[in-house]
Amino acid sequence: MRAWIQHHVLSFAQTLARLARSPFATALNVVAIGVALALPLGAYCVLGNLESVSHKISVEPQVSVFLAGDAAKADIVAVEARLKAAGGVRAVRFVSRETALVELSRTAGMQEVIASLRRNPLPDAFVVTLAASDPALADQLELQFKSLSKVAHVQADSAWVRRLDALLRLGRTAVVLLSALLGLALVTVTFNTIRLQILTQRDEIELCRLIGATHAYIRRPFFYLGSLLGLLGGVAALAIVLAALAVLNRDLLQLAPLYGSDLRLRFPNLEEMLAALAASVALGWLGAYLSVSRHLLGVDPIR
Amino acid sequence: MAIISFSQVSKRYPGGFEALKAVSFAVEPGEMLFLTGHSGAGKTTLLKLIAAIERANGGTVLVNGQNVSAMRASAIPYLRRHLGLVFQGQKLLHDRSVFDNVMLPLVVTGQPYREAARRARAALDKVGLLEREKANPVTLSGGEQQRLCVARAVVNRPAILLADEPTASLDAAYADEIMEMFSAFNQVGVTVLVATHDQQLIGKWHKRVLMLYRGKLL
Repeated sequence: MRAWIQHHVLSFAQTLARLARSPFATALNVVAIGVALALPLGAYCVLGNLESVSHKISVEPQVSVFLAGDAAKADIVAVEARLKAAGGVRAVRFVSRETALVELSRTAGMQEVIASLRRNPLPDAFVVTLAASDPALADQLELQFKSLSKVAHVQADSAWVRRLDALLRLGRTAVVLLSALLGLALVTVTFNTIRLQILTQRDEIELCRLIGATHAYIRRPFFYLGSLLGLLGGVAALAIVLAALAVLNRDLLQLAPLYGSDLRLRFPNLEEMLAALAASVALGWLGAYLSVSRHLLGVDPIR
Repeated sequence: MAIISFSQVSKRYPGGFEALKAVSFAVEPGEMLFLTGHSGAGKTTLLKLIAAIERANGGTVLVNGQNVSAMRASAIPYLRRHLGLVFQGQKLLHDRSVFDNVMLPLVVTGQPYREAARRARAALDKVGLLEREKANPVTLSGGEQQRLCVARAVVNRPAILLADEPTASLDAAYADEIMEMFSAFNQVGVTVLVATHDQQLIGKWHKRVLMLYRGKLL
């Protein structure tokens, strides 16, 4: 057990020393991996920001229920009861035709139009606030409310929510594709780096085989190398993304108040950063694994 | 019981060349012997079969009671830890010191560092290279490099020492030096098998001789 730990420490130290011996090549590799990972990571962060913005806007999903012109007081009470009883409804607000007319007349330019009317053309209405911003729920309630008696028209404002939802889904798919593609790039970079390393250490590997090194002993430093490259690349990617977000936020700070918003890009949280690092380590390890499986066979003196 | 035993061993390389044909012999523990024959007679192939660097096509190779010809690949490293190999073209690593070259077999087998360093220095002392431990192997003479190979081969205290033309590129004085070392290891119980085509050397040491001729043992 002690020997095993000693060997792990030793092979890790050797890997570090090997990287340090060719700092320029190591730096280039790390930057290549970092840039490859920064793209999907950055896209993920921006997408996350858009999602949180979209949630903020659609906090109050609403369905407007317009009653027929001949609806009596009793009808209004009946409809209100039915609306309140429906599932997924958080609040029901009654807007009488008089209130609606007053609200409308406050809008600039509408006063004269309204004054020219002989009678109030607006119907009584309910504004129904839904419990959740769910397009499917809005659709279902819209149908349900339409079938109530004395309800003339129902309008759900779910169309734009659905549009945004579809756009975000498209974005998410793009991030997944981008991640897969650039993850593949990371695997390729480590694969090639390890291949070169195996070639330069050919003599040492052959010799170690002859003096009784196990397969695991010979492969281990390369696994460390791949994982370490992945880790350093992941750190580089995080640095790139955090720096980019910080710069964008500085610009947003000037832009957002002009639109009366305090919009800021959110930084990835600790779990997200750790997950990104874990993924890049895993991909580096995978590249090393593939390379070692492919190339160590050729060096093996056992035939 | 024999420490090395071949029975009806044959080895054919891809392409059809028959390097060994029905070779049978046995080596007792603690024995020292020569393996000779013209070049291409199969000396190196025979040594490679013992160390499981090559596999026999027929017959049985037993080393330390283990059937090497039917050994799983994962067991081979443990077989080799009982062997000291001084092979032709077996390179010294030039990216590290003389001391680290000798340490390598101990590091590979996971010896604790302190004990390993002690044994590496003892091995270097035996071959007279202790004062050169910090040097790079490139700076050593041919004879010194060969002695370093010997130190690396014996540092793990192997039961069997296999040497393939250990004196090939050395002049007579250096060759004698190497053979003296092998003899000294043999004195303390190591089984030593030396492959050489140098008849003078064989004549000087009165040991058993295995003679190969075109893949057959005479």
